[in-house]
Amino acid sequence: MPELARSPRTIRRYRNETIFRWLCVCAIGITAIFLVFLLANLTIKAIPALTQKTITLAIKIDPEKVDAANVAAGDFPAFLKDSISAEFPETTDKSEIKKLAKLISSSVVEDLQRKVTAQPSLIGQTISVNAPLTADADSFLKGIQATVSPTGDNSEFEEAALQTLQKQGKIQSPFAWSLLTNGDSRAPEKAGLLGAFMGSLYIILITLVLALPLGVSAALYLEEFARKNRFTDLVEVNINNLAAVPSIIFGLLGLAVFLNIFGLPRSSPLVGGLVLALLVLPTIIIASRAALRSVPPSIKEAALGVGASHQQAIFHHVLPLAMPGILTGTILGVARALGESAPLLMIGMVAFIADVPTKITDAATALPVQVYLWSSLPEAAFRSRTSVAILALLIMLLCFNALAIWLRKRFERRW
Amino acid sequence: MNDMSFKTVFTPPEPLAIKSHPHKIVAKNVDVYYGEKHAIHNLSITIPDKAVSALIGPSGCGKSTFLRSINRMNDTIPSCRITGTITFDGQSIYDKAVDVVDLRARIGMVFQKPNPFPKSIFENVAYGPRIHGLAKDKTDLERIVTESLKRASLWEEVKDRLSHPGTGLSGGQQQRLCIARAIAVDPEVILMDEPCSALDPIATARIEELIHDIKEKYCIVIVTHSMQQAARVSDLTAFFHLGILVEVGDTDVLFTNPQDKRTQDYITGRFG
Repeated sequence: MPELARSPRTIRRYRNETIFRWLCVCAIGITAIFLVFLLANLTIKAIPALTQKTITLAIKIDPEKVDAANVAAGDFPAFLKDSISAEFPETTDKSEIKKLAKLISSSVVEDLQRKVTAQPSLIGQTISVNAPLTADADSFLKGIQATVSPTGDNSEFEEAALQTLQKQGKIQSPFAWSLLTNGDSRAPEKAGLLGAFMGSLYIILITLVLALPLGVSAALYLEEFARKNRFTDLVEVNINNLAAVPSIIFGLLGLAVFLNIFGLPRSSPLVGGLVLALLVLPTIIIASRAALRSVPPSIKEAALGVGASHQQAIFHHVLPLAMPGILTGTILGVARALGESAPLLMIGMVAFIADVPTKITDAATALPVQVYLWSSLPEAAFRSRTSVAILALLIMLLCFNALAIWLRKRFERRW
Repeated sequence: MNDMSFKTVFTPPEPLAIKSHPHKIVAKNVDVYYGEKHAIHNLSITIPDKAVSALIGPSGCGKSTFLRSINRMNDTIPSCRITGTITFDGQSIYDKAVDVVDLRARIGMVFQKPNPFPKSIFENVAYGPRIHGLAKDKTDLERIVTESLKRASLWEEVKDRLSHPGTGLSGGQQQRLCIARAIAVDPEVILMDEPCSALDPIATARIEELIHDIKEKYCIVIVTHSMQQAARVSDLTAFFHLGILVEVGDTDVLFTNPQDKRTQDYITGRFG
């Protein structure tokens, strides 16, 4: 049947379609390559920071050097030195022993002191400690630093000692729990993400608690109650504009208003949350209005038709149906806030804060700011910790988005 | 056109349906505007109780607008303005003292497209009684729901799945669910805005049967595009054209012996 044979027009049409489809596949492919490259790069860089080289030391708490009545005055560094020299019986030179002791993280001495203070009966006993090495020794053993000394000074003695220990099998590399349990520190092996994580968590909670009710109320008012006039038009234009304002401007606003006028504590998650709430408010209002508008008007009419008041119609029917959309918009807005660092810099959350915040007025920092802080530090160990921090931030964002999808599925209703 | 077209024409003698029934709703000199648009011109009509009144006419003639004026659904449209009086049992419904929520509880409405709430069948019917506090307790509420569904002749089909979503029913069942929902708040008037336009002929027949069954309890006002439907279900028919109430009459009289040329043209299918 010649009529049904493909005409040149049809062939051209099919060819165009094929070309277009391949272009789309290419676009997806390029995006995927970028994403894979980013994630692979981050993961490879982060791997060294995930483990921490430790050495098992038998530390004798010498009763002559510490008094149970005054533990704080005890000479704890000496215990460490003693146990090190026990590992290297052939080394007698004091300065060399000092060099060796410096390979052990100072957290060991601090831990020791804390333990003995809590339990004075340890005095006179020998305890076995998994002592973490300093970041420099750690990086040297992992091969990401050529010498133990970061400045390139002669450190052959330390390197030889570390290699001996490794050959003897005395060095383990367990998972670096300190990353998850510690706050920030100047020493990379002691630095952890808990402080930044808690800071971010407080900020997000404050943002959510402030921005969600405010945003939904504003959207409800504009969508359902406000008369359409010049004033509401103006409000609407302004909200749309605010959504596009650079985030650092909100930081400056927070600095001027919350810190300088209201005198709220600098660097606190409270102020961070307030600023980010302002930042996501327009996004939440816009998303909520779109969600409210997408509820079929017939549902509201049905409610009004059986004699529900305007408010009942909204709260019993319109709002529940708009909830999935509102929540999705809110969580995506909050996820954006979670990744913001610029406004937090303005209100002083960029400071070095070693303590994990325990309340919303404590000084704190946030994960993206922690990334910024660590990335500017010179140590190789901080470079890989930066990658870990970025991955932690990405995982947190992923959790938020997963939550958004779950909530949408959970509340979704068809009509 | 001349002055004639702006005058509501009442055809003497007074229709039997109005004479033999109590007067439930009386509209006098009603004008409705949407912004600049004059949707209804100087309308006066009496709607009888315990009877079905049909409003017919071509699209955009103001019949739905008038229907929505009766239970003040037009209040939700900011640009809408109404002058004249509409009384319900002798009380002006646009009076300041009248609460629109109470009014709508007494004047129920069924819409063109079935619009059950995205909730269970039971919840759909129970919503009205619940917000008006009509049920004393749970068993009372169940009684109201059962009775309403029975009266809307839906009970037999849904009695085993009251907890299923109302949106899962077929179109005709959904519309009967909406009628049950309207009945559940025990209204005196039921307004129906083209209740069968989205339904197939069998579902339409069931709704018409239902209207026939419940008309001795309620004052029913139905807007319809189908003249056959108006002829089948109604006692009184009002013909609207371009915002003007052209003619009101007993259904059998109006369809067999229309007084106005426009009515005649419309029912014989010459325009519309």
